[in-house]
Amino acid sequence: MTVTVAAVLAADGINIAKNVGFGIIAFGMVFAALCVVSTRNIVHAALWLVVVLGGVAAQYILAGAEFVAVSQVLVYIGAVMVLFLFGIMLTRAKIGSDEGMFNDGWALGIPVAALLFGLLGWVIIDYAGDDVIANQTPTPTVMLSDAYLGPFLIPFLALTFVLLAAAIGAIVIARKD
Amino acid sequence: MNVVALLAADPLLDGELRWTPLLIVVLKVLVIFVLGLVGTMFMVWFERKVVAGMQNRIGPNKAGPFGILQTLADGTKLFFKEIMNPARSDPWVFRLAPFLAFVPAFLVWSVIPLGGDFTEGRDGTVTWFGQVTRVQLADPPVGILLVLAMSSIAVYGIMLAGWASGSKYPLLGSVRASAQMISYEAALGLSLAAVLLSAGTLSTAGIVAGQNSLSNWNLVATGFVPFFVFLVAVTAELNRPPFDLVEAEQELVGGFHTEYSGIPFALFYLAEFMNTITMSAIVVTLFLGGPQPITIGETTLSIGFIPGALEGTLWFVLKLLAFLYAFVWFRATLPRLRYDQLMDLGWKFMIPISLGWFLLLAAIRTGDANQWNPVVVVVSSLVLLGLGYLLFVAALRVSARNREREGAMF
Repeated sequence: MTVTVAAVLAADGINIAKNVGFGIIAFGMVFAALCVVSTRNIVHAALWLVVVLGGVAAQYILAGAEFVAVSQVLVYIGAVMVLFLFGIMLTRAKIGSDEGMFNDGWALGIPVAALLFGLLGWVIIDYAGDDVIANQTPTPTVMLSDAYLGPFLIPFLALTFVLLAAAIGAIVIARKD
Repeated sequence: MNVVALLAADPLLDGELRWTPLLIVVLKVLVIFVLGLVGTMFMVWFERKVVAGMQNRIGPNKAGPFGILQTLADGTKLFFKEIMNPARSDPWVFRLAPFLAFVPAFLVWSVIPLGGDFTEGRDGTVTWFGQVTRVQLADPPVGILLVLAMSSIAVYGIMLAGWASGSKYPLLGSVRASAQMISYEAALGLSLAAVLLSAGTLSTAGIVAGQNSLSNWNLVATGFVPFFVFLVAVTAELNRPPFDLVEAEQELVGGFHTEYSGIPFALFYLAEFMNTITMSAIVVTLFLGGPQPITIGETTLSIGFIPGALEGTLWFVLKLLAFLYAFVWFRATLPRLRYDQLMDLGWKFMIPISLGWFLLLAAIRTGDANQWNPVVVVVSSLVLLGLGYLLFVAALRVSARNREREGAMF
């Protein structure tokens, strides 16, 4: 029975291995995401978030976007989360569970999450519908760089101003006066 | 096919998945695993022996000839030690941290070209069991970025080890370590960018293939400055002397691994020495042509009686040994930096100089492509960089004066 299902799916051009892989990683990510918001230790929460971000990188590799995957690891796991942990260690490096980890308005998060889920689901269904998305081969890094240093140069530069604003903001906050 | 295609700039994995290529990959993994561990054991012995020589001592000399089995003896001893979990530690993270340090150290091996046939202008591929392949485990198009990603994951090992130990010295050591590694990663990345600019590819095999003569070695092609910045940044990234504030014995007992014993400690120790080897290998790959022989003009320094495929490995090992010796040499001769000196060197010297040099190289390349007068390009770039430097110095002066006015001590 399973063999025939697999054969039907394969005949429709659906990559079974990829879908199974996606499912496994996605399950892990959802579990880790739930742990982020439910654990009572702030360092553990940060580590679970690292697992979620690592899962995102794995999904990128599955989709053939390896450059984006490595960037994800470098930027989010290697820089952002390290700074998170660094901040936590410098301020409240306590081992064991913390009190008052939960915001009073936590219930508000549920409708926001549902709304976001609905929005993303609608976007994806609107984009692909019942079509099978073609198998992506890995994009060469050269093509990516040609794209964002060529036709997409202005948006790329505009994005850098976001970082500049963040850097200036950090300096303003860190100033003692 | 997709994940396989991802690893397949290596000609071995082109086409359908068959048994022979699969077995060759498994064989490569095994060989790299064994060589990695044996190489690390050798490195520990080498460091102890050379430092002993420089300090007029004998060093390990009991286990095996010249004490070469000393590391094996130490490792065996550590296997039988009790693994302690301090009462105030965080049990899960405490156990996880050594692996977070050790596994990335191993994974870096996968993208290093360890050899190849470069005789008579060949492209470094070899033929094993009728399959054309490269002497490296994987050659992903993102190549060298994988090394950066691994080294940024290795930060977690040290950071979490310090935090999870639940005691003061490890925490201080790990905060120092992560601050240092974050600071120097920027200079590391910028000098790496200069190499990528001259190589035009991220793949390690591609970077090696471009350096087919002495004048094409990135050491020369990028004008020496990125090489020295990279070497210093790597030393800091490895937490090796003179940048070993992380485990400054006089101040922090053992630093982040103070509370570790037995095999978890051995994992940290191995990771440290393995990182030394892999990072030296990365320096060789990026700047010194990896397994390429030394070619000056038309003449190649060739070792005649050795078959071409082995010669690449030999060159690689020779170049690698030079750097391993240099790292030991640094350790034996340089005094440790003070913390503010470390941060000043990283942020106020290495990052500006590697950024400026990168911009200069980019300007020269653009000038070349558009056939501008090279003298004008270089002079105007230097004037611009000089102005930028003056601005930078002015900013430092102003901030120093402001701090003095506020009455700060430093």
